[in-house]
Amino acid sequence: MAYRSYILVCGGTACESSKANAIYESLLNEVDGQGLSEEVQVIKTGCFGFCEQGPIVKILPEDSFYVQVTPSDAKELVEEHIVKGREVKRLLYDKEGSKKHAKVEDIKFYQKQFRIVLRNCGFIDPENVDEYIAREGYSALEKVLFEMSGDEVIQELRTAGLRGRGGAGFPTWMKWNFTKQVKDADQKYIVCNADEGDPGAYMDRSTLEGDPHSVLEAMTIAGKTVGANQGYIYIRAEYPLAIHRLEVAMAQARDYGLLGKNILDSGFDFDIEIRLGAGAFVCGEETALLASIEGERGMPVPRPPFPAVKGLWGKPTVINNVETWANIPVIIMKGGDWFSQIGTHDSSGTKVFALTGKIRNSGLVEVPMGTTLREIIYDIGGGIANDKKFKAVQTGGPSGGVITEEFLDTPIDFGSLQKLGSMMGSGGMIVMDEDDCIVDVTKFYLEFSVEESCGKCAPCRIGGRSLMNILDKITKGNGTIEDIEQMKEIGHAMKQASLCALGQTAPNPILSTVKHFEAEYLAHINDKTCPAGKCKSLITYNILPDLCIGCTACARKCPTAAITGERRQVHVIDQAACIKCGACFETCKFGAIEIR
Amino acid sequence: MAKMTLQELRKLRDSKKTEIQKRDLSGKETQIIVGMGTCGIAAGAKNVLDTFLTQLEIHNLNSVVVTQTGCMGLCYVEPTIEVIAPGMPSVIYGKVDAEVAKKIVEEHIIHKRMVSEHVFDRPSVDIIKDGGK
Ligand SMILES: Cc1cc2nc3c(=O)[nH]c(=O)nc-3n(C[C@H](O)[C@H](O)[C@H](O)COP(=O)(O)O)c2cc1C
Ligand code: SF4
Repeated sequence: MAYRSYILVCGGTACESSKANAIYESLLNEVDGQGLSEEVQVIKTGCFGFCEQGPIVKILPEDSFYVQVTPSDAKELVEEHIVKGREVKRLLYDKEGSKKHAKVEDIKFYQKQFRIVLRNCGFIDPENVDEYIAREGYSALEKVLFEMSGDEVIQELRTAGLRGRGGAGFPTWMKWNFTKQVKDADQKYIVCNADEGDPGAYMDRSTLEGDPHSVLEAMTIAGKTVGANQGYIYIRAEYPLAIHRLEVAMAQARDYGLLGKNILDSGFDFDIEIRLGAGAFVCGEETALLASIEGERGMPVPRPPFPAVKGLWGKPTVINNVETWANIPVIIMKGGDWFSQIGTHDSSGTKVFALTGKIRNSGLVEVPMGTTLREIIYDIGGGIANDKKFKAVQTGGPSGGVITEEFLDTPIDFGSLQKLGSMMGSGGMIVMDEDDCIVDVTKFYLEFSVEESCGKCAPCRIGGRSLMNILDKITKGNGTIEDIEQMKEIGHAMKQASLCALGQTAPNPILSTVKHFEAEYLAHINDKTCPAGKCKSLITYNILPDLCIGCTACARKCPTAAITGERRQVHVIDQAACIKCGACFETCKFGAIEIR
Repeated sequence: MAKMTLQELRKLRDSKKTEIQKRDLSGKETQIIVGMGTCGIAAGAKNVLDTFLTQLEIHNLNSVVVTQTGCMGLCYVEPTIEVIAPGMPSVIYGKVDAEVAKKIVEEHIIHKRMVSEHVFDRPSVDIIKDGGK
């Protein structure tokens, strides 16, 4: 026999610490006491990701969501909800509080996430077109083929206020309109940018793996709207599963007559081909990408002319990012008005972020624009892992910057992040804690940009390298106070003179960290210390004689045999032989190793 | 399947929708859906899928189907799976390894009891469910 009700008690780390265990016990007792243990199951769950309101209790099948529950509420929950079937109103989450971003009526407000792009990810079998169709798939295409004019489609996108999700945030309707308005072209193209090269980003990969048809449908819609018959998906070869799912989806769509000649008997032809990229970051830049599809070396060229009027093989080309594409069918289906109500005035809709780093609940999150960083990090992400202290969050990858504690309540949209000296970027979001060295992290991003620079223009090629040299000097303890000014100067020059956004944005991580963490740079420069204990040249490992019991564990772990000492005697590290790998620090159970 | 016309596409959509709804409400069929994005697979989803298949065979559970889906976004508890069983609310399980998969078959599918400590939640409402309008 199945149970009649299920009481779920949040057992996430955050709730656990706020008495979830006691609540679980009292609920069990109550259920037992009422003689209901055959009908009701009490279960501990994982984290629901709403820790700020914890502990949380959820009752199924009604899906009632109770917050800030205490052990003494157990009796009332069982007597009222389970026995009498009446929800305990005073414990239900107050929906009023969170209406500020998402005005759409049917959102369950306790969930801060709202999924438009990822609507089908985790719901459908991506290799079965029928499941996509059953969830309203290809109904937007129906509308565009049989009911709407091209101008109406563009108007709908304009009302929606959709801006490109690939980084720059350019209004999508304008791009489409430029291409549509070119009258004398014998061919036009539609391109999907699935290059996704930012370190830490995997939003586009997951979208393509989980819902490939949404992109195919959207590209076909664009083809019909602007008058193009051929599409290309440019995807990096490092994404084999996404490529496989796209190929399966394309074959099924062709089979059903949803792609190819005379789609749904409408007289409209459209087909798509996949082009594999070799994984150069710069090939994600649109002009470099188009060159790469043409078989040329992937290097940016100056714009204008923009691809929208003169793109692939010189023809008008609409190029959009995967996430931008995945929004399109929903906008057509539900209307631009619906979409424009989600998010902020500056940026409508949602944004997908890959939340990683020192965070408890890492994952792929999709939130309405206007959600604050604090909500993403603490409510959805469950806060910093291992109870460490929050230091900063990095957005925008190698083109972005860091955001510190004091700005965590800024509602995220294209404009506000830029004002903070960071960027929306494509959606990587890396959380740092007190153990991360800001100079070291900055060096990592800069190194990435320098390595990925195509070398075509001097400001990026030479400027990037000089910045790298200065940072390297600082992390080695050889920095001088003038270095900071010089980095700023080089950075500003690169911003102004570089040909493409790679070079223009490469200094951002430096400029932003120099501003927010000047003291940490100065510690490296003046005091020759690394406060986070990360920069190897500036730290030494030492054994504290008072705490060392001479267990020999560290000496056995040390790869260079730099640690000596008799059993039960205090050990010593030979600094000349030490390579600062940290193995002893990890090994010592007595906290006797100190990083200085 | 041959190429479709507009009418045929609409018919297919309607019939597939009813199929899914039936399964949600009263259907006899139990479904195990394994999250098979790159993240899930990297965390061992393939092994979990295989465990389900062998366990179902061992217990002779012929009316249970195992399918795959993309990433649900719960990377910190991959592999994730969903179980839709008749008479029970559908449940997302996280941190599923071979042991937990066995438990899910024995507890959830056979005895209709949820498996403690592994229940998670979908991170968001479904915007498509109400007809997408
Ligand atoms: C160095 C560099 C790398 C880029 N990488 C990507 C990428 O991986 N994916 C992407 O969609 N856009 C990327 N872009 C942005 C594209 O140039 C372009 O703006 C985008 O594809 C336009 O699509 P959207 O309007 O839908 O955002 C990159 C830009 C630069 C300068
Ligand atoms: S800015 Fe850098 S990546 Fe862009 S064209 Fe110049 S050298 Fe190449």
